Amino acid sequence: MSLAQKGRWIALLGLVLLAGVYVRALAFTPLERFQGPAQKIFYLHVPAAWSAMLAMGLVGLCSILYLIVKDARFDRFAAASAEVGTAFSLVMLTTGPIWAKPIWGTWWTWDARLTLTLFLFFLFIGYLLLRGAVAEPGLRARYSAVLGICGLVLLPFIHLSVYLFRTLHPQPIVLKPSSPSLPGSMLVTLLVSFAVFTLLYVGFVTQRYALALLREAQGREHA
Amino acid sequence: MTDLLRQAWTVARKDLLLEFRTRTALVSALVFTALVLTVFNFGRDPTAVATIDLAPTILWVTFTFAAMLALNRAFQLELENQALEGLLVSPLSRTSLYWGKLLANLVFVALVEAVGLPLFVLFFDVPVGRVLLPLVGVIALATIGFVAVGTLFSALVIRTRFAELLLVVLLLPFLVPPLIGAVQVTARLLGGRPLSEAAGWFRLLAAYDIGFVALATLLFPFTVDE
Repeated sequence: MSLAQKGRWIALLGLVLLAGVYVRALAFTPLERFQGPAQKIFYLHVPAAWSAMLAMGLVGLCSILYLIVKDARFDRFAAASAEVGTAFSLVMLTTGPIWAKPIWGTWWTWDARLTLTLFLFFLFIGYLLLRGAVAEPGLRARYSAVLGICGLVLLPFIHLSVYLFRTLHPQPIVLKPSSPSLPGSMLVTLLVSFAVFTLLYVGFVTQRYALALLREAQGREHA
Repeated sequence: MTDLLRQAWTVARKDLLLEFRTRTALVSALVFTALVLTVFNFGRDPTAVATIDLAPTILWVTFTFAAMLALNRAFQLELENQALEGLLVSPLSRTSLYWGKLLANLVFVALVEAVGLPLFVLFFDVPVGRVLLPLVGVIALATIGFVAVGTLFSALVIRTRFAELLLVVLLLPFLVPPLIGAVQVTARLLGGRPLSEAAGWFRLLAAYDIGFVALATLLFPFTVDE
């Protein structure tokens, strides 16, 4: 089985299991007392956020490894991870406001976590734009690795400064899900969803990685 | 170490000498700053919003734009006649090349800000006399942060298509933490609040500067070596 096929099967399995998560979250997980049905989006939103963060973390890690050992596999993986991460952060950025409107009463606030995820998205886009703008593969790998590492260092600064910004300027109290005190059945749904989203991440990245290999082979044929 | 600094100074001196001989970029940046300040004046309703409430925003948006404009030219200079290759084959260390560029950019942006600040005071009648020293301090800290990342990214995008546009898109997210800190400190200073209230922001700005100057020094060689 080729790598692309493997990736396709993993992603397919992930999608089938995702349907299972939907069923479990909607039919077999109790309603949250205060938030009602709106809370259900939590089972998609938080795991999507997890996958996006995982993607950024691995972009950063692969960037560091690439600059140390100069192995093209790390570059290919970072590129695949960034593209998949962009998709997951888009899921996170669309499901977030849908939940926030009924619960917080506003589509958007400049809360620390929200701002962080928005910048995560900007970083992914910038990273992909930079990759698109450099034609020579070796140069592209080095440039994007430099940006990937800077991005990883930037995120804690953004979080810290927005957090300080908010705590010094208190806003109306916002209701927030306090994740550690989840009842058992909700926790199980969430954990299953985490596993499914991680599986989806692996499936998508594998496919994207295989695609990069194909493109490189095609490039060599034309050269 | 002294060797490193001497080499860095040589690079910076070369850049600044080139700049002062032509003055095109400097004059453009100065006029740009004055124009942005003018635009801000007409971009608000003076009867609805008090100047003092908007002053930190005006100052920092202007300085951020001016810094980005200045950073575009940092490596543009070196593209002509393959000057960058010349620098790279010279016995300069990569660290001193980066620090030299950083220093030249800092002087350039500082000059723009040195004219921009009095213009801002003049146009918007903001009382800065009592807080001038800490205000200059926060401008210096934020500018070092802007320029440290900007110089690295300017080397990154120079050989790409749409370099000017790409630099802005890549750089702006990185300017946000120092921008937030600078606006917060400036608002407190202009509002007559005690300096101790801004101590946390000063620490954040300093941490950002140290972090990104170190990181950029470390990563810069990867952007220029073949």
